[in-house]
Amino acid sequence: MRHYATELPMMTAVEQKKILLEVNDVSVAFQQRQVLHDVSLQIEAGEVVTIIGPNGAGKTTLVRVALGLLKPTSGTVRLDSTLKIGYLPQRFTVEPTLPIDVRRFLQLTGVRDLERLQSVLDEVGAGKLLDASLQGLSGGETQRVLLARALLRDPELLVLDEPAQGVDLHGQVDFFALIEKLRVRRGCSVLMISHDLHLVMAATDRVVCLNNHICCTGNPEVVTRNPAFIELFGEEATKALAIYTHDRDHRH
Amino acid sequence: MLDDFFLRALLGGILVAVVAAPFGVFVVWRRLAYFGDTLAHSALLGVALGYLLHLNLTAGVIVVCLLVACLLFFFQRQRTLAGDTVLGILSHSFLAVGLVVIAFFETVRIDLMGYLFGDILAVGRGDLVWMAVCGSISLVLLLLIWRPLLLISIHEDLARVEGVPVDLIKLSFVCLLALLVAVMMKIVGLILVTSLFVIPAATARKLVRTPETMALMAALFGVLAVGSGLIGSYQWDTPAGPSIVLSGAALFVVIYLLPVKRGA
Repeated sequence: MRHYATELPMMTAVEQKKILLEVNDVSVAFQQRQVLHDVSLQIEAGEVVTIIGPNGAGKTTLVRVALGLLKPTSGTVRLDSTLKIGYLPQRFTVEPTLPIDVRRFLQLTGVRDLERLQSVLDEVGAGKLLDASLQGLSGGETQRVLLARALLRDPELLVLDEPAQGVDLHGQVDFFALIEKLRVRRGCSVLMISHDLHLVMAATDRVVCLNNHICCTGNPEVVTRNPAFIELFGEEATKALAIYTHDRDHRH
Repeated sequence: MLDDFFLRALLGGILVAVVAAPFGVFVVWRRLAYFGDTLAHSALLGVALGYLLHLNLTAGVIVVCLLVACLLFFFQRQRTLAGDTVLGILSHSFLAVGLVVIAFFETVRIDLMGYLFGDILAVGRGDLVWMAVCGSISLVLLLLIWRPLLLISIHEDLARVEGVPVDLIKLSFVCLLALLVAVMMKIVGLILVTSLFVIPAATARKLVRTPETMALMAALFGVLAVGSGLIGSYQWDTPAGPSIVLSGAALFVVIYLLPVKRGA
């Protein structure tokens, strides 16, 4: 930690940060419904960006556009095809007739060395799952296995589409703590979606508050004081968040 | 005691079973079980066009089957309709077009039944060579796309994000499948081909834990079905193709009744 604390700011002061991904003035309409309206987003190397917004705000759509999985109705996306991305989709269900265990699933990345597979599973806290069937995993286990798979590819950017959905609160806290730990250790960027601010705010460099258009964006403290944010999420949520961030300041 | 035609049938059946197995597992995983039937209905148009344009009939069937494969691919890409619905639309439309085209030259009688139901007992030496060559090429090509196709079958978006050329791989797979069905259908009959794609793979599912062993087990069950079906048909003088399908189905029932824990 100390090493990063002294080295990183100097480095960033000198070097121009590399832009990994760029979405410019993107609009998406499904039939008549406008889901995204003139949205722009940039992800820089080493940055953690969290997209928050209510249901139907277009969070998943924005991520799918950014990843090239969905063609926008208008606007452009710049994504280096050599950029290594680790993607944790919102839903991951595998056809039940397809027999596959975690080992084989991880090996599909091209890494066959069992020791490496085991060590990456240990790294994400899923050390016991090497021989488990992919369909038999719980929600939390599935995320960890997907994360392990993403890490095997040495990603420069991790994209998490509400990966902790359906996992209990305790599990979610653990999972985001793990993401934060991995990010520091590996130095990759993270783009994640969350509708629970409390969990991800403290580990986020920049929040993008989305409600079909970008309401506000900035670092967590600034955004939570923005009237557009308060209007979208209500006083209650914002207060609860303040207590939480206060709490974090006092952790040792 | 065994005649030449019987040995040729056995060899032909084993060839089909072995080639069909690794394709069959993907057919099951990707829910394309009715692709074969759709191709069969379309084959009528292929035969008709072959007559009309004075082409080799097998060539006509192959061209139409490839066309169906491409249409299936493009419809699936729209993501507005489920695969089985697309197959239903293609299947009946092509059958209708085929019937209409045939009505234009009523003097020609087409042995459509021969195309659809073939006769494994009539397999000749040339057919065997043709099947072996086509089968080997298809298998090699399938092996080349095995890993990306497997990843696509597990999670298509994940594959796309990881840089797998998803569209190219999917199109290659349906075209290979169409080609294989078109070639084999003429020789051993459609029922035998489509059933050897689906039934052995479904039988193998219960006993395996990895995709590759499922393909190998499917090949084994396919060969068993061919062997026992042909011996049964020889013994009791029953039609060969249906006997093979029946023994495949019997194997499926036996394996599913066995008290073995599902291999996963």
